[in-house]
Amino acid sequence: MRLFTSLLLAGAAVAMSTAASAGTMDDVKTKGFVQCGVSQGLPGFSNPDQAGNWTGIDVDVCRAVAAAVLGDASKVKFTPLSAKERFTALQSGEIDMLSRNTTWTLVRDTALGLNFAGVTYYDGQGFMVRKDLGVKSAKELNGASVCVNIGTTTELNLSDYFRTNGMSFNPVVFEKADEVVAAYDAGRCDVFTTDQSGLAAERQKLKEPDKHVVLPEIISKEPLGPVVRHGDDQWFDVVKWTLYAMVEAEELGVTAENVDKMKESDNPNIRRLLGIEGDGGKSLGVSGDWAYNVIKQVGNYGESFDRYVGPNTPLKLERGLNALWKDGGLQYAMPIR
Amino acid sequence: MAVDQLAPAARPPLFYDPRVRAIFFQVLVLGLVVLGAAYLVQNTLSNLARQGIASGFGFLDTTAGFSISMSLIQYSEESSYGRAFLVGLVNTLLVSGIGVFFATLLGFLIGVARLSRNWLVAKMATVYIEILRNIPLLLQLFFWYFAVLRALPSPRDSVALFGSFFLNNRGLSSPSPIFEPGFSSVIVAFVIAILGAVLVARWARKRQEATGDQFPSFWAGTGVIVALPLLAAIFTGFPLSWDYPELRGFNFVGGMVLIPEFVALVVALSTYTAAFIAEIVRAGIMSVSHGQTEAAFALGLRRGPTLRLVIIPQALRVIIPPLTSQYLNLTKNSSLAAAIAYPDIVLVFAGTVLMQTGQAVEIIAITMGCYLVISLLISGFMNWYNQKMALVER
Repeated sequence: MRLFTSLLLAGAAVAMSTAASAGTMDDVKTKGFVQCGVSQGLPGFSNPDQAGNWTGIDVDVCRAVAAAVLGDASKVKFTPLSAKERFTALQSGEIDMLSRNTTWTLVRDTALGLNFAGVTYYDGQGFMVRKDLGVKSAKELNGASVCVNIGTTTELNLSDYFRTNGMSFNPVVFEKADEVVAAYDAGRCDVFTTDQSGLAAERQKLKEPDKHVVLPEIISKEPLGPVVRHGDDQWFDVVKWTLYAMVEAEELGVTAENVDKMKESDNPNIRRLLGIEGDGGKSLGVSGDWAYNVIKQVGNYGESFDRYVGPNTPLKLERGLNALWKDGGLQYAMPIR
Repeated sequence: MAVDQLAPAARPPLFYDPRVRAIFFQVLVLGLVVLGAAYLVQNTLSNLARQGIASGFGFLDTTAGFSISMSLIQYSEESSYGRAFLVGLVNTLLVSGIGVFFATLLGFLIGVARLSRNWLVAKMATVYIEILRNIPLLLQLFFWYFAVLRALPSPRDSVALFGSFFLNNRGLSSPSPIFEPGFSSVIVAFVIAILGAVLVARWARKRQEATGDQFPSFWAGTGVIVALPLLAAIFTGFPLSWDYPELRGFNFVGGMVLIPEFVALVVALSTYTAAFIAEIVRAGIMSVSHGQTEAAFALGLRRGPTLRLVIIPQALRVIIPPLTSQYLNLTKNSSLAAAIAYPDIVLVFAGTVLMQTGQAVEIIAITMGCYLVISLLISGFMNWYNQKMALVER
């Protein structure tokens, strides 16, 4: 069955590589929706809620792009993808963009024929263990069994970390994130490793979340962001600047609630962002009020963060690296002018 | 014939000659297929190049950098992707081979049991077959994997068997043999013993054909195979020691480990396929007419020899062809291993390696080629065996 799926993907890669050549922007405008690749369910990032609507900060990026291009944030169709399937789906043109907690690396940006449009979440890889093991540091994990998801940067970082620290480990590699969690919960592994945000999210799927502890070490840099195909600069620009618009809006204090009032603001930066002045929208190939639509319908970056992964959500993640640059974080939008 | 001889001069035009026409159309179709394939390859290559996606087979020499939980051959993070491919291939072959062995054994037992005259045995075999073959294999795989995992204790509370085997949710740890110099003589003795047993069996058969006297060649052969290596071992002072597993930190270190993924996969594949094989065996045995049994009894054969010498050889002719399909199914179904983390070729090569290199077309092509070759080898062997077992008419 797995083989069959892979074959299908390979077949699709061959058959659809012709279809992918047309401008993605025109395709999207013609068909009237954005086809967005997301995870198979990672709370806070991309996860269906009880009503079956996709929610999360990765999902918000898809919605924001739909709002910018089509003026309607609800015109998105989601394709849930495993870590293994995601790049093939994008390369073959099955999806228009991938927004699936995907780490920006050199090989993915080049050899895989992809472009990363920015960073929605600065993350790092961590380890979770059972409290009753009494482990206080990742340096004490010599000889441990480690459950990990296939096809992730996590799998490689893990080998690197144990090798550089002169420790050994037993990898147990699963294809689906849910299976990793289930096997860890069943006691197959001592350690569950993925990005820190992922640990916070997956922890809620465990039978007794309180009996587990995340170790202090962060062993890698995991900048997660939306991805598009090589060779379509217009679409690349749209996704990139939609993300910047969300960050810029937070910096300027524009929120979904006050965006209408902000239209009357004297601040030229706000006026440019909302399309009152300048013709940024035209340069991007979208309507002048593209950023207004994004902010009105989806919200700014901070709102999205607080809604899905912030301290008041089950994930309880602090802004940390993801605070705005002026608050000591790394989120920094290029000037919109 | 006569017509041909009468009118050699009035040959029809070349186009109406059925042989020429047949060849023409076959060449035409073949040409179209080749052209179509060439177009697909060309199109793929140019599209890959245009999108800047890497292609070619150079990646096989690159360092892999990831580790694999079970490997029969030498492998470490510094090994190449090509090596990782071999590890996956060997693991696939291992699980298929062992799966085929147990499926055959279990299938024959249950197939015969379903024909048993004991009501309880026959009904139990029926229930087994109907349950196992009517539930999707993937679900059975998850059942065995998670059922086995949850039932077992953690390494610190391992179940110890015979003092040196330890069963826990990381697998079954057992001592592994360390061969010391001098062990080769034991191997030589073993080979000689097997040759001896074969010779004894031949001699016994010839003697039986000539005189009718029977000789217990099976027991004699077994005795020789056990005794000779044992003698060699005693004379060389047992040149074999054991590496015992011991609990250190999180897990057992040393010895050999049978990982739960492997066990779950073998159990799921063989019990599932055995249900189908049992039905094939039942059909084969029922295809031999009852008259054959009665004839054998009339000649004075007992039940055992009747089954072994008369019924089974005839039933095999019906059994082998569909059995081949089941072996092929089992091998291909082993690719479900990826669902429960058994590092077979699909998980390691068409999984991790594909993800890290992104070269989907090459890797899927290689993986498909591997399954094709394995399947062709199996069916080639089974066809040869089928021919050997076929009715020899005199």
